[in-house]
Amino acid sequence: MFRRILPLVAGLLWAGSALAADVTLLNVSYDPTRELYADFNKAFIAAYSKETGKSVEIKQSHGGSGSQARSVIDGLQADVVTLALAYDIDAIAGKGLVAPDWQKRLPLNASPYTSTIVFLVRKGNPKGIKDWDDLIKSGVSIITPNPKTSGGARWNYLAAWGYAEKKFGSSDKAKKFVGDLFKNVPVLDTGARGSTVTFVERGVGDVLLAWENEAFLAQREFGKDKFEIVSPPLSILAEPPVSVVDKVADKKGTRAAAEAYLKYWYTKEGQEIAARNSYRPRDSEIAREYEKSFAKVELFTIDDVFGGWAKAQKEHFAEGGIFDQIYKN
Amino acid sequence: MSIAVARRSSLPGFGLTMGLTLTWLSIIILLPLAGLFLKTFELSLDQFWGIITSRRTLNALKISFGLSFLAALVNLVMGTIIVWALVRYRFPGRRLFDAIVDIPFALPTAVAGVALTQLFAQKGWLGAPLAELGIKVAFTPIGIFIAMVFIGIPFVVRTVQPVLIDLDVEIEEAAASLGANRWHTVFRVILPSLIPALLTGFALAFARAVGEYGSVIFIAGNLPNVSEIAPLLIVIRLSEFRYADATAIAVVMLLASFLIIFAVNRLQRWAQTRIPAH
Amino acid sequence: MSTQSSVVTSATELRAYAPTADLTVSPPPSRIERARPRTGTSPDNLRTEPGPVRFIIITLAVTFLSVFVVLPLVVVFASAFSKGIGAYLAALGEPEALAAIKLTLLVAAISVTLNLVFGVIAAWAIAKFDFTGKTFLITLIDLPFSVSPVISGLVFVLLFGAQGFFGTWLQAHDIHILFAVPGIALATIFVTFPFVARALIPLMQEQGTQEEEAAISLGASGLQTFFRVTLPNIKWGLLYGVLLCNARAMGEFGAVSVVSGHIRGETNTMPLLVEILYNEYQFVASFAIASLLAMLALITLVVKTVLERRLDEGQEPRDH
Repeated sequence: MFRRILPLVAGLLWAGSALAADVTLLNVSYDPTRELYADFNKAFIAAYSKETGKSVEIKQSHGGSGSQARSVIDGLQADVVTLALAYDIDAIAGKGLVAPDWQKRLPLNASPYTSTIVFLVRKGNPKGIKDWDDLIKSGVSIITPNPKTSGGARWNYLAAWGYAEKKFGSSDKAKKFVGDLFKNVPVLDTGARGSTVTFVERGVGDVLLAWENEAFLAQREFGKDKFEIVSPPLSILAEPPVSVVDKVADKKGTRAAAEAYLKYWYTKEGQEIAARNSYRPRDSEIAREYEKSFAKVELFTIDDVFGGWAKAQKEHFAEGGIFDQIYKN
Repeated sequence: MSIAVARRSSLPGFGLTMGLTLTWLSIIILLPLAGLFLKTFELSLDQFWGIITSRRTLNALKISFGLSFLAALVNLVMGTIIVWALVRYRFPGRRLFDAIVDIPFALPTAVAGVALTQLFAQKGWLGAPLAELGIKVAFTPIGIFIAMVFIGIPFVVRTVQPVLIDLDVEIEEAAASLGANRWHTVFRVILPSLIPALLTGFALAFARAVGEYGSVIFIAGNLPNVSEIAPLLIVIRLSEFRYADATAIAVVMLLASFLIIFAVNRLQRWAQTRIPAH
Repeated sequence: MSTQSSVVTSATELRAYAPTADLTVSPPPSRIERARPRTGTSPDNLRTEPGPVRFIIITLAVTFLSVFVVLPLVVVFASAFSKGIGAYLAALGEPEALAAIKLTLLVAAISVTLNLVFGVIAAWAIAKFDFTGKTFLITLIDLPFSVSPVISGLVFVLLFGAQGFFGTWLQAHDIHILFAVPGIALATIFVTFPFVARALIPLMQEQGTQEEEAAISLGASGLQTFFRVTLPNIKWGLLYGVLLCNARAMGEFGAVSVVSGHIRGETNTMPLLVEILYNEYQFVASFAIASLLAMLALITLVVKTVLERRLDEGQEPRDH
């Protein structure tokens, strides 16, 4: 009965307002990319119709990376996923929706743009936060989302861990360091955006651990006179990956458009859009052009320090993993 | 259980309406809830027990049930005071305040959530002065408590109000003429006859607060073991792909709400036998 | 009130809001005026507290309601208009806002209609006939009141999710329930399930069956009897149930949030958009949508007050 009534009612209500595009893509993404994809979609739609003569419409869904992956697994009809970390797409691949070799199908680990983790502090940096060490001082209140639900938070956690392991030379000491860091966290929001709102709008905390792009955005939105970005000398290279969801795209017959969409990231225009939105571009030419926008930070990768996402996930974030142990203390 | 025998009434349509009722009820309520229980049966008892007794789950349940209990207590006291003022006294704006009592019930929970957060955040109208006193409300358990008090107010007021209105005045007068002072009359005569309604209101406010999500998550700090409520933990477990954990917690909460309904049910029976119908 | 003792219903959220007395302890709410005649007849010193005590109680009640209930409402409107009426209207004119408003209206229309039809049917079966298991049946209808909204969403994920019980079959037949209108509607129907039925059952019980029996014996058909005799008697109660059902349907957040998928301009309802905009630093836009929902709540309350008065009037003669 539903199936008969709903389209009818829906049709009545939507009559006239729907612009029929030749192809409609659903891009299921994580929290901080709202502005990025608003920009990117506009450019892609124009480029695609110019090249193929076809009109394309792109719908967006944003949320915590983990819960977005969960929705896709539960049947959210995403043609492409653009999530915060490879593990979340691996989880989708684990259910057979995406080919297991998805990360090799596009250049550079299927991560067309990268970012890193920086500190957003209040104007004048009253607590004098310059490096990771300053975070574990007593009286410093740190805002970060929950690593269990937020992709950005996992990057935060791993960045801190990587720093500590490098500095102190052992994983036990790294564990203690990260444990001390999380003792200074008064609020764990479920997503990166929630944490930013907590820090910026609600005035909680001395420092926000954030995606570099998210920190720039907050500064743009609320004014440089209120917040400063502190880039630690050493941080992690965060690679948010993208992939076509094979099962959905094939069923809907949208594979061509979906692939073109993701490939557009690797064009000069795509890279330029990434850089403009404070994501670090991969293209060396564009990177040089935007050199001044990004602080020089020594970056280590997750493969270097943790041996890849699958391993990091299992050791640190799985049930009973190191994060749980830290939190039990 | 047989639902099928119509004993009284020559009206038509029992079979048809009962059939439709049961069908619709099965599709919308029974099937989904059965699915929830079926899903938990995929777990062994040990696994189920392990999930429920894990520190984080226990703390989330403790926070949800504990704070709901406290909030319902505050509602009980404040609700009684409000009912008393609305029913027994005349003051300017009384009818307006009477209508206002229902706002927490009618206001969508997400709206209540952002509004309370805005109000009690460090820069908020109430949050700023409270912060000067050193009291942090938003993003602490106190914030959760405040949201729960907000949503629970109407339940106590609206269950107790009609009873107080209908309370037989002669008893009060009799007590007074027998020499009882006002204090005695209120606490020995009036309040005892309100007890079933008070308990019902308390239980309803409690039940609502335990399951509440929308108005709480904005203002809660969502810090595991400190300010993470059980419904939020369900959502978090879901986004971690841990369906079993989510359903196990859901089943526990569901059983708790069955119990509360049951308790309220008994309270109502008790009330009926205590107060003869007029 | 002869039919009353035969039914002990389980208590619900709605009980506090039920328009009629289904139990001796809960006559209609907000009927302060009934207390008046009695108040007038007795000497004041026996019936009331000393002036200072009265003053304290009134102050406490008024302060509490002002701080906890009125102020949050004021905050919504103050924040919505904090950048002027232009920004407010612009926020509401955004395509995403319009899409959310449309979706919310659509979902409310579907769920209220279905629950209206079901509510009347169920009330007829339950109120006009005696059968064993009635209490149990009513308890089942009440269930959604006490179930956490998150669980109400979760159950549909477990059923219709791709990994759920019917997931494979649904995928094979290309039917989309979750993350589409049907799923949102289902979750909304679940949480608003009891409203209409629970508003009607006590009312119809109280009215008994004589009028309908008379109509039948005069040769009217079942449907004729319902539309000519029963419906006029229950119309205010029916409206009351629909009103509360609608308010909840439009405002539901937790359950819908779990099944929505948050596709912008497509599966975001107004309450979900409030959260999304709030998380996008668009506080004015967020509170603008919130203010619409707050208006809905206020209108609901006004209409509710009017309906309660109607119900009262319709009831008084029957009481005696």
